[in-house]
Amino acid sequence: MKLDWVSGRVELTHGGGGRAMARLVDELFKSAFSNPLLDAGNDQATFTVPAGRMVMTTDGYVIHPLFFPGGDIGSLAVHGTVNDVAMGGARPLYLSAGFILEEGFPLADLKRIVTSMAAASAEAGVPIVTGDTKVVERGKADGVFITTAGVGVVYDGVEVSSDRARPGDVIIVSGTIGDHGVAILSVREGLEFDSEIRSDSMALHRLVETMVQVAPGLRVLRDPTRGGVAATLNELAQASAVGMELDEAALPIRPQVRGACELLGLDPLYVANEGKLLCICPPEDADRLLAAMRAHPQGQDAAIIGQVVADDHRFVTMATSFGGRRVVDWLAGEQLPRIC
Amino acid sequence: MKYVDEYRDGAKAREIAAVIGAEVQPGRRYNIMDFCGGHTHSIARFGLEDLLPPSVRLIHGPGCPVCVLPTGRIDSAIELARRPDVILCSYGDMLRVPGSGRDSLLKAKADGASVRIVYSTLDALKVARQNPDKTVVFFAIGFETTTPPSALALLQAHAEGLENFALFCNHVMTPPAMRAILTSEERVPLEGVIGPGHVSVITGSQVYQPFAEQWQLPIVISGFEPLDLLQAILMLVRQVNNGRAEVENQYARALQQDGNPKARQVIEQVFTLRPSFEWRGFGALPDSALSIRPEFAAFDAEARFALPYRSVPDHKACACAEIVRGLKRPQDCRIFGTACTPDHPVGSCMVSSEGACAAHWAYGRFRDQQQGAAQ
Repeated sequence: MKLDWVSGRVELTHGGGGRAMARLVDELFKSAFSNPLLDAGNDQATFTVPAGRMVMTTDGYVIHPLFFPGGDIGSLAVHGTVNDVAMGGARPLYLSAGFILEEGFPLADLKRIVTSMAAASAEAGVPIVTGDTKVVERGKADGVFITTAGVGVVYDGVEVSSDRARPGDVIIVSGTIGDHGVAILSVREGLEFDSEIRSDSMALHRLVETMVQVAPGLRVLRDPTRGGVAATLNELAQASAVGMELDEAALPIRPQVRGACELLGLDPLYVANEGKLLCICPPEDADRLLAAMRAHPQGQDAAIIGQVVADDHRFVTMATSFGGRRVVDWLAGEQLPRIC
Repeated sequence: MKYVDEYRDGAKAREIAAVIGAEVQPGRRYNIMDFCGGHTHSIARFGLEDLLPPSVRLIHGPGCPVCVLPTGRIDSAIELARRPDVILCSYGDMLRVPGSGRDSLLKAKADGASVRIVYSTLDALKVARQNPDKTVVFFAIGFETTTPPSALALLQAHAEGLENFALFCNHVMTPPAMRAILTSEERVPLEGVIGPGHVSVITGSQVYQPFAEQWQLPIVISGFEPLDLLQAILMLVRQVNNGRAEVENQYARALQQDGNPKARQVIEQVFTLRPSFEWRGFGALPDSALSIRPEFAAFDAEARFALPYRSVPDHKACACAEIVRGLKRPQDCRIFGTACTPDHPVGSCMVSSEGACAAHWAYGRFRDQQQGAAQ
C-alpha cells in the first residue's frame, strides 16, 4: 500500500516489521538520512575507530509542542546530542536515531520532522548511521518521541570534566541566554503570546573545535539546557567543590527574553537553552578564548559572566546590578508562574 | 528593557542608599515592614538589604497570598480536584503548597486528579467552555489585586449562562491583616510600613489613613522595582526623623488616591463580607475575607459542593505563623533549610516565591553561612 504523505497517519502496521514498515523506512528514513554506513542496510553501523579517547552519549526528546519558532523536535534531537558529544571536548562522528511513533500521528508531520532532522545532520556534518522505529497504540505516546545517541573522539590534549573547575577560573557563556525556553513558552497551549524570539537550537561542535585550538587547557564545557544557566552552574559547583560568583550586569540576555520573563514571572537564568555553552577556563586563557569565541559565528555574543571561588558551601551567588548579592539556587521542581 | 531598566539602575540605587545611610540618625531604630509578598520577593531578588545601614531592618509581612491561606483551605481545594466531575484551575504557585498529610494539588494531579495551571481567570472560563460535561472550579485566592478578575470571570460566566463554572472563593483583604498585626499582643515593634502597591491601585491609599493616625505609623505605598523600594524606605526614614505619621504615595505612576472605583464596584457586586475567615498565623479574623453573594450561589463552589471547612493545625515545628506576622525571620525557624526546603516544603512560606522563607532560601541564605563563619 502506498503511503499518503498528505493526509495519511501512522498505523500500527508501520511498526509491525512487515511490508508497511519497510516502505516507511525506505521512503522516509533511508532516503532522508542516506549515507554509506546507513545505506549498507544492516541492524548496526560498522566503522573504524580512530585512535584516542572516545565519548558516547544518549538523550531522549519528548517535547511539546513538536514545532516551535526556530526548530522542531527533529533538529533539536540532532543538535542536542551533537552538543552533548562536543561538551566532552570531542569531535562528533556518528549519530543514531530511535523513533517511537503514536498510532494516528500525521505522516506529513513525521516527514517534516525527519526532513528537518536530516538537514540538521547534514549541516552539522554528523551522519545518522543507524536507527529504529516503533509504533505504539494511540494514547501510549505523545505524537513522536525521539532518542538519539552520539559518538565522538576527544581532541588531542583536551581534558574537560565537570569536576575540574578551580578557584580563580573564569566562567564564559557563548551567547544570549533563555532564548529557547521563551520561544517554546510563546507557543505553548494556553500561554501563547506574540514574540519574535526564536529558539537558539544549533550544533556547537565547530565553536568547540575553535575553542580547544585556542585554549586546550580549558577545564569545563557544558550546555545549559533544562534548568538553564543556574542549574548547570550549581551542578558544576557541586562536582568541583567550589563556589561561583556571577555578575548580573554581564549576563547577555535579549531584551525580548527579559521582557517575556518579566511578564511571566520567570528568571532567564533558569530558562532552557539549546544552542549555548558554558565554559570554565584558567584566568590566563580567558581573554584569548573570549576573543576567539566572539570571532566565531556561534559565539558573537560570548561574555565573561563570573568567576570560580573557593567556598565550602558551594554556593552560586550573583552580584546584582545594585551592588547587592544573592544566591542563584537550584530550581525546586518546575519554574511555576507567580500569582501577581 | 524600557519602563523596567529605569527602575533598576544600579548607580541610582547606590545614590539613594547613600542618602538613606546619611539620614538615619544614630541611636534610632527603623523597623520597617514590607507588607506585600511582591516586595519581599524584590528585596531578596535584588539584594537590597545589602545596601541599607544596620539600623534599617526590613521585616517581611503577611502580604503573600499563598502564605496566609490555611491548610484547611488547601485540603478543600484538593478534595474538589479529586472529584471525578471537577476540573480545578489554579494559579501556579498553589500547586506545591502542602495540605494535610503532605498532600498537595501537584500530588493529586499525579494521582489523576484534573488540575490545570492558568495564568488568568479568562483561561479558566475557556476551560469551562471546552469541557461542558465537567464542573470547572477556579481556585480564587489573593488580596484585593486578584479579586476583581475573579469577580469579572463570575459575571462573564453568568452573562454567558456558563453553568459549569464555579469559583472557590478565598479572597482576603489587606486592612484586616494590618489591623491584626498592629493589635496583636506579641506585636513586633514597627517604625514604618511599606504599603502594598498593587492592592492600593484598587483600594486607593486612603484606606491606610486610620492606621497612620491611630498608631502614629508612617506608611509609604511603594512600587515593586528596587528603586521604588529604596525611595519608599528613604521616605519612611524621613517621616520617622521628622516625627510625621502620614500615608505617602511613592507609586505615583500607578496609584491614584481614590484607587480604582470601577474594580471596587465589581467586587461589591459579586462578593460580600465573610463573617469570619481563618488566616494562617492569625487564626480566625472577623470581616477579613469575601464570599460570593447568595444571588450568585450557583457559581459558588462552596455552596455547590457543600464543602465543610475544617481547620487544620500547622505542622508543630513550622514557624510560618510567626513569620507571616513578622515575629520571626525565616532563619529563626528550626526546620528552615533542614526539614523544610523548596523541594519538600513543610510550610506555605517556603512555597511561593513571594514567601519570606522561599525568598530567603532562594536568594539570601548565603548570608547566614557568612555570619555563621564570622562568629
